Amino acid sequence: MENILILTKRFSIPNANQLEVALKHGAYSSLEKLFSMKPEDVVEEVKKSNLKGRGGAGFPTGLKWSFIPKDTKKPIYLCVNADESEPGTFTDRYIMEYDPHLLIEGIINTSYAIKSHTAYIYIRGEYVKQYQILSRALEEARKAGYVGKNILGSGYDLDIWLHRGAGAYICGEETGLIESLEGKKGQPRIKPPFPAVEGLFRSPTIVNNVKTIASVPWIVLNGGEAYAKIGTKDSTGTNIFGVSGHVNQPGYWELPFGMRFLEFLEKYPKGVKGGKLKALIPGGSSTPVLTAEECEDLYLSYESMLAHKTFLGTGGMIVMNEHTDMVKALKTLTRFYSEESCGQCTPCREGTSWLDRLLDRILNREATTKELDLLIEISDNMEGKTICALAAACAMPVRSFVTKFRSDFEKYVKPISIPVHKVAEKIIQKEPIAS
Amino acid sequence: MAVKFSEEALKEYEEITTHYPDRKATLLPALWIAQREFGYISKEVMEYVAELVGVPFVRVYEVVEFYTMYHKKKPGRYHLQLCQTLSCYLAGAEEIRKYIEEKLNLKPGETSEDGLFSFQLMECLGSCHTAPVVQINDDYYENLTVEKFDAIIQDLKKHN
Ligand SMILES: Cc1cc2nc3c(=O)[nH]c(=O)nc-3n(C[C@H](O)[C@H](O)[C@H](O)COP(=O)(O)O)c2cc1C
Ligand code: SF4
Ligand code: FES
Repeated sequence: MENILILTKRFSIPNANQLEVALKHGAYSSLEKLFSMKPEDVVEEVKKSNLKGRGGAGFPTGLKWSFIPKDTKKPIYLCVNADESEPGTFTDRYIMEYDPHLLIEGIINTSYAIKSHTAYIYIRGEYVKQYQILSRALEEARKAGYVGKNILGSGYDLDIWLHRGAGAYICGEETGLIESLEGKKGQPRIKPPFPAVEGLFRSPTIVNNVKTIASVPWIVLNGGEAYAKIGTKDSTGTNIFGVSGHVNQPGYWELPFGMRFLEFLEKYPKGVKGGKLKALIPGGSSTPVLTAEECEDLYLSYESMLAHKTFLGTGGMIVMNEHTDMVKALKTLTRFYSEESCGQCTPCREGTSWLDRLLDRILNREATTKELDLLIEISDNMEGKTICALAAACAMPVRSFVTKFRSDFEKYVKPISIPVHKVAEKIIQKEPIAS
Repeated sequence: MAVKFSEEALKEYEEITTHYPDRKATLLPALWIAQREFGYISKEVMEYVAELVGVPFVRVYEVVEFYTMYHKKKPGRYHLQLCQTLSCYLAGAEEIRKYIEEKLNLKPGETSEDGLFSFQLMECLGSCHTAPVVQINDDYYENLTVEKFDAIIQDLKKHN
């Protein structure tokens, strides 16, 4: 099972991003079957596969597709979320780079299933090379009749357009993405209405991640049940897990869900570099951090992450060794979220920058222990009160860093404010009170 | 000199308008072409783009302000964009930052006097496994050390 490849199967073939090579290795082979099916049946297969969105939230893909109003007279749009800006996340780009035709094939499958005739790929602005590769691949696919009018004589028409972002993390949020595509600031919309009902150009719209869409051709070819057999009960299929930070061999690997994290860590990224494991961010910077102890019985699955009160997110893991200063590490994240807040909601705009300023104060040794509690209080007050999940995406790392690695933070705060019991502890342990 | 796209750019832009049911959606693509044509987005360019796309000037202004990749002033010939988010921090991005600030004498947002280099701090560039990362114009430079980065800078200097 471990070596079943769905997303990366052509990655090791030289020049697989060219149509001719990709075709020799099975590209577009799902289309014949696809066009013999009714769109509703494709949605059914994807529901059976239990495929969950790989963009972060893990929402069941088939279910999302079925929210499109059945009787809509408006055009239906597909937006491919290739914004990939969550820190720790970097695997979508390789699908675009090494196998753009897999993504295009996935877009054809997905668009057909949701009865869309126009798809936009929203790609982050920094990915210039990937944009060029995708552009060329789309051109090839158009010439060969995989994109455009009456695809392969099926009677089905589909346009696919590339749309380049310009540097804003919030444009990865689905309604921020839609706003940006429409030519505006990427400020998320209040939901409902959900995009599936009213999205791009006020029409029903499905936003899906690159990896999600690239998984669909396999499901169509092999059936939803076959996909559901891979991985675990609630985490079906494969994902591309990416690892960065303090490991001997950072990189990415496609694996079925379910491997024990510590086994994965040794086998693929070849273990922690520069010391013992201290902390793990399991699925992109917004997912709550885990201590080394918590990693003991962690598995690469949605359910195991939930059991540890964190999330699988995008599958982009960041590993930190024992010498990591968790305050400085967190500071890079509070800065990120305060820079990237779109500014619409007061709890988010004010909260993220307040947290960031508090981190500055702590690092400058101006803060007291009270301010550590304040970090948590502010975080608690940011969640559930905003238009999108960015505020929570900042609150979750802050709360988990401060509660789980409090001693790192305490090293910075003023000794005078250490609560009496802490002073006592330190005296008993013969530790300097000021450090 | 009045600001205007070249023939070729105008044709490219008109083709792009066919991708969307609403011309307003061409604002970001139009700004990309504008940046390529003029190097950066000045007030005049914003006015031109507003008219081209058919949106009010303030809409263009807001959008240019919102996105970090549109330059409001002329960047250096080589625009150094250093990622400073967590994975790059863990891999030593601060050392690269020191190099840029001390050796190139550039603070974030500045351009060198000879116009060769400009410097901007970036958030996660989506290349965390090859950290630390600097994007120079359209290219990523990965797995950097101060020595490697110095060699790249010397090389860029030599080509001028
Ligand atoms: C602040 C923020 C940023 C996001 N960035 C991305 C992103 O870069 N790529 C992505 O696929 N999803 C991102 N998401 C998730 C999307 O909103 C959306 O859930 C996802 O694209 C749906 O696709 P999926 O169902 O295939 O996962 C982001 C969400 C939030 C709240
Ligand atoms: S939560 Fe933050 S990023 Fe999201 S809409 Fe509100 S202000 Fe913008
Ligand atoms: S943190 Fe620098 S590329 Fe992701």
